[in-house]
Amino acid sequence: MSADATALELRGITKRFGPVVANDRVDFDLRRGEVHALLGENGAGKSTLMSILYGLYHPDEGEIRVDGEPVKIDSPSRAIELGIGMVHQHFMLVPVMSVTENIVLGEEPRTNGRLLDVREGARRVKDLSERYGLAVDPDAKIEDVTVGQQQRVEILKTLYREARVLVLDEPTAVLTAQEAGELFEVLNALKQDGVAIVFISHKLGEVLEIADRVTVLRRGRRIDTVPKEGSTEESLARLMVGRDVLLQVEKKEPSTGAAALELDDLRVLDDRELEAVRGVSLQVRGGEIVALAGVDGNGQHELVEAISGLRNIQSGSIRIDGREVGGTGVRASSDAGVAHIPEDRHLRGLVLDFTLAENLALREYYKPPLSRRGVLNKRRINARARELLHEYDVRGGSPGALASSLSGGNQQKVAVAREIASNPRLLIAHQPTRGLDVGAIEFVHRRLIAERDAGRGILLVSLEFEEVRALADRILAIYEGEIVGEFPPDVSEEELGFAMTGGGAGTSE
Amino acid sequence: MSDRRDQVDEPVEGATLAGESTAEVAVTPAARMAAYIRGGGVVVPVLTAVLAFLMGGVAVLLVGKNPISTYEAIWEGTGLQWLFPWTTGEDRELAAVNLQQTLIITTPLILTGLAVAFAFRAGLFNIGGQGQYIVGSIAAVWVGSEFAGMNGFLHIVLAILAACVAGAFWAGIAGGLKATVGANEVVSTIMLNYTAIYLGLYLFGLGGPLQNDREATLPVSNDVVEAARLPVFWGEPLLQGLHIGLFIALVAVVGFWFLLNRSTTGYEVRAVGLNPEAARYSGMSVSKNYVLVMAVCGLFAGLAGALDVLGWQFRIATNDIEINQLGFIGIAVALLGRNTAIGTVAAALLFGALLSGTSQRNLDPTVFEPELAKNLTFILQGLVVLLVSADVLVLRLLRRGRGIFSRGRRRGPAAEEAST
Repeated sequence: MSADATALELRGITKRFGPVVANDRVDFDLRRGEVHALLGENGAGKSTLMSILYGLYHPDEGEIRVDGEPVKIDSPSRAIELGIGMVHQHFMLVPVMSVTENIVLGEEPRTNGRLLDVREGARRVKDLSERYGLAVDPDAKIEDVTVGQQQRVEILKTLYREARVLVLDEPTAVLTAQEAGELFEVLNALKQDGVAIVFISHKLGEVLEIADRVTVLRRGRRIDTVPKEGSTEESLARLMVGRDVLLQVEKKEPSTGAAALELDDLRVLDDRELEAVRGVSLQVRGGEIVALAGVDGNGQHELVEAISGLRNIQSGSIRIDGREVGGTGVRASSDAGVAHIPEDRHLRGLVLDFTLAENLALREYYKPPLSRRGVLNKRRINARARELLHEYDVRGGSPGALASSLSGGNQQKVAVAREIASNPRLLIAHQPTRGLDVGAIEFVHRRLIAERDAGRGILLVSLEFEEVRALADRILAIYEGEIVGEFPPDVSEEELGFAMTGGGAGTSE
Repeated sequence: MSDRRDQVDEPVEGATLAGESTAEVAVTPAARMAAYIRGGGVVVPVLTAVLAFLMGGVAVLLVGKNPISTYEAIWEGTGLQWLFPWTTGEDRELAAVNLQQTLIITTPLILTGLAVAFAFRAGLFNIGGQGQYIVGSIAAVWVGSEFAGMNGFLHIVLAILAACVAGAFWAGIAGGLKATVGANEVVSTIMLNYTAIYLGLYLFGLGGPLQNDREATLPVSNDVVEAARLPVFWGEPLLQGLHIGLFIALVAVVGFWFLLNRSTTGYEVRAVGLNPEAARYSGMSVSKNYVLVMAVCGLFAGLAGALDVLGWQFRIATNDIEINQLGFIGIAVALLGRNTAIGTVAAALLFGALLSGTSQRNLDPTVFEPELAKNLTFILQGLVVLLVSADVLVLRLLRRGRGIFSRGRRRGPAAEEAST
């Protein structure tokens, strides 16, 4: 078997959902021992194509060949039989079971009788993990291990079922930069062993880092397949979006005004009643973007919830425009001028089964002009929604459309529109571009800068280094609930990363 | 997750593969119901009812009777043929009397249906309609039998208000428990049903504080005084004609619709029902809403109790408390009516017709024994609850049917393309 042999071929795949063509005569081929990236914006048809490969959907037209043989994949179990493994974006693991149990689930090794052979299972898991550098504790419970390790378990699950083709759906979306680096090492080891890997992503940098070839989809069609050599982020972005994209947003020098937000020795408890924010003092002035950079779980969540009134404070003070709002609730904070783009639009930012008009009214529905004496003014709500949808260029959205019918980028525009429309003094943007494609990221970034230039104070909380650097006027590193350093936007990734992981913590003591 | 995939025909990336839109978000019952409502229009509840009737027919066959003539006799018993102009003469008079009975039962069913539907829209299960109905009727019979000599209109209003408050309080206990200590409202409302039943048995039982003053051996309440009885507007008052409570129930339906769809309160209720976390993020108090929603539910159910007591029962007997099922049937009414205003009215009429069509008074015993037929109603009720809970099943049956058509249509041009 030569390393270059074609493992898999998709030819002329077409898939329609009602009038919508999700895949339009798409060709895709995969060689043994290569990482082939599938790149495209949200809604471009990447996931649909891979769902077809994995037997979750049946193509309306087209042919799939595995090792040159035409096959019909009508279920995931058939796909597994054919040596195709898939790691979904959201893991399908049983939290209370151990790593080994999760991996062998459904294909348990048995002793001569009918009993589960736990030792044999653990041994095979250990073998696999050593072979490819997928370090996990086989006896740990899933709920106790990190997201990065859970992903390794998912990969091990496919390898345990002898997958020779591995499909990874946006695998880095849930990982820290360091975990992503480790994942890439694993992928390289798998490549050496002849495993063929499909890497779904919309992040240009990582595609260029890990992929050998890149196939770009746009609106259900294959635009081009290009080798990594000779490709740049700009060239890939152009293929993806169909026009030139500004990866670096332009911005002027900030002209700052009075303090929009002042925190003084703020202490906040988390859900387990442990101190998550430990004496934070900071200031965000009108007209500047202050980024809070830190590894997830270092108190950002609690800090943001305290400022927006969702969480009580232990001690210290939160002042908006000089007015104390600490612990007074969401309405009080909101009335004082705080708006908040939540970190998770599905869970917190939107009511997916509400119409767009209803979603856009969430912040201000209880006061005139959207309602009067407890009665909603439907006409006003719809009219305002129409204006905002137009202004924020929400595609596919009439006021009466359900939020769940929009793509992720357009959903986020709705959340952003609602918060900015409340005309806040302080706008908290918590991971505002997570999971968005290039075009939508560009939109959100421009909008945030425009609001900055209009004099609002913006507190950006982000885990993405590039985003922090592109937007922030000042960067504050947070580690274990404390601000451990302030940096200018041109700080190096190493220096900031060092502070974020507690490297500079000694100086603040 | 898979049912969502069946219903939402959009190639949104997340929804198609990883279930982005559903996997992260705990799918609330209200969100599930919202998906269900989008899934098949009015066809699904109709199909659900038809399926239930077919399966009920099988049950009739199993006891050795003819399902067609049985259903025909039940139909005769409902009086619904009065609506058709070709029903004339004596038939028409009989149908009128039967239809009055049907609508008398429909009236409380509309309200107990609303009591379940309103909770459902807020993501809560109100299984306590029965208990709320009972405490409402207790309050109404007490106020209605006391205060003799009061102005009739005021007396009625007072009795109805007392029943509404009692029902709201009763359900509010479950809401308060959920809001403060997180007690599951399903369990607490079920328990409150028993509490209400035994409260009634104690109050009106032999030697009970509210037992009637005339006959010490009868475990019944005092009668509602003449002045506090709801006027009959159709049929003979002495023969249990139709009282104006029907209109009060219909006003409540309009109120339900307005509250839910046009008020800020209803907006909050729906937001909390569909995504409590997003509701909290936009400054709504989720726990306050739980109490409020349950209280409104209890208000509807308590009103149902008041209308029955003031409209045609005029007294409560302890054995009635035990056999009454109107609160429970309200669950089936709400589920079949999909928690909408119009749907609840339609489903209440269906179950009201079934109950009166199978009653001893209305069903021809030579075709099917009413004792058995009553159980047929409960069988159908159970089937409806089961089928609606298994919404996926009905939708899948429906989709399969449609799938055959659409696949045929689609294959045409596709095949042509392939051959050229």
